[in-house]
Amino acid sequence: MAERRYTKSHEWLTVDGKTATVGITDFAQSQLGDVVFLELPAPGRKLSVHESFGVVESVKAASDLYSPVAGRIAAVNDKLAAHPELINSDPYGDGWILKVELAGELPADLMDEAAYKKVAGA
Amino acid sequence: MASTTLTTSAPNLKSSEIRRTPLYDRHVALGGRMVDFGGWDLPQQYTSIRDEHLAVRKAAGLFDVSHMGRFRVTGSDSFDFLQGVVTNDLGRIKSGTAQYNLLCKDDGGIVDDLIVYWGDEAFFIVVNASNREKDLAWMQDHAPTRVQIEDQTFELALIALQGPKAEELMPSRGLQDLPYFGFRTGEVAGVAGMISRTGYTGEDGFEIFLPSDRVGEVWDAILEQGGPSGVLPAGLGARDAARLEAALRLYGNDMDESVNPYEAGLGWAVKLDKGEFVGRGAIAKVRQDGPRRTLIGIKTKPGDIPRHGAVVRGDAGRSGLVTSGTHSFFLGHPIALAMVEVPSFRVGDKVAVEVRGREAEAEVVKLPFYRGSARSAVAAAKS
Repeated sequence: MAERRYTKSHEWLTVDGKTATVGITDFAQSQLGDVVFLELPAPGRKLSVHESFGVVESVKAASDLYSPVAGRIAAVNDKLAAHPELINSDPYGDGWILKVELAGELPADLMDEAAYKKVAGA
Repeated sequence: MASTTLTTSAPNLKSSEIRRTPLYDRHVALGGRMVDFGGWDLPQQYTSIRDEHLAVRKAAGLFDVSHMGRFRVTGSDSFDFLQGVVTNDLGRIKSGTAQYNLLCKDDGGIVDDLIVYWGDEAFFIVVNASNREKDLAWMQDHAPTRVQIEDQTFELALIALQGPKAEELMPSRGLQDLPYFGFRTGEVAGVAGMISRTGYTGEDGFEIFLPSDRVGEVWDAILEQGGPSGVLPAGLGARDAARLEAALRLYGNDMDESVNPYEAGLGWAVKLDKGEFVGRGAIAKVRQDGPRRTLIGIKTKPGDIPRHGAVVRGDAGRSGLVTSGTHSFFLGHPIALAMVEVPSFRVGDKVAVEVRGREAEAEVVKLPFYRGSARSAVAAAKS
């Protein structure tokens, strides 16, 4: 399994070849509480690093989602429309959000698990 | 993810002055996600707000509400003093019953909403946690010397079992004879306390006042005996969702010192004919002239959750602000209360509400959004 990397804004990604899978971290979902809706872009859209690409609505608040990488959206997790709670129950698995075809190198500010744990206060 | 949203509730940023209830260790052991709520470390949720909220609606949920302020009022002039500061008429209740009340300023603005319990030897008052110190100072300022007001918040714990099965699942006897808004002393799971048929969820249920050193036993017994029937410990998230579906106002959101009782839709808790009380003149004038604002209910499409402070617009330039909004798991769509200018919107009117920086469609709906089992308790009390 590909190594998971993290952002300061609490997204994660794994890379398989030229495709990155993106979601939000377990810490993020636990802080947000029950997720009830996601506003997500259509496949094909180009994203730059740190660009806001959507919104996650939880019972508590609406929070912006930021792309950890640059590239073109290859797929959006369709299951989230009917089952936003997958973000809570399986944030690193069935709760994935986007697949992105990478353009260029990965940004230098991505963190490994040990570094992210410090950010998340775990 | 906006990091600002997350860091504000990060556990390492908590103030050292945060208070813990006697059930704190149990909340942590149950996996409670602890948050700072008005200076108290309380569980937002244990497993999921959805599951806990649905437990309240279908079976029962157990809440720790020990953060709420609790005062004991004694002295021969207690009745006259309280009758002169609250808006409802204590002359309409008797010993062993409780009443929803408002404290208002001279200008009619709401200082707090509270429950007054008329006991054999004293009156008990339960106030909002965030207003405890303000209320205590305010009442002491208005109290004659022969009335004593004692803050018992830290001596007594308070838990609430709320839901349609609450009566059947309480480890206590004879509750079928306790009317809605009635209270009495009694044993729960073998521990003596005060049992009140009140709550903040729209469901039938009980609030139980217990000594702080024994509340844990009762908490454990209720969860252990009720678990197989669907009882769950329920956190602040489920409590807020339940109270909002029932359109129960939240002080600080739906009302504050700039809002009078009629604007908040709480005119039923004002009895102008009972005699003089603080704020009566100003409140009577609002009643005569009609309020300038009123609280309405709106619903939106799934995903469009109107948040506190969002702008509501109707036709002819009428507008208002959302005071409370959430996703209703029980109804399957977002709901919100909004304070709007009068002439008000009518049920069925289409309005626009600001959601995530754009205008979303909303519809004015009847309040409460959902009427739970508390109604049947009222009916039983009247029959």
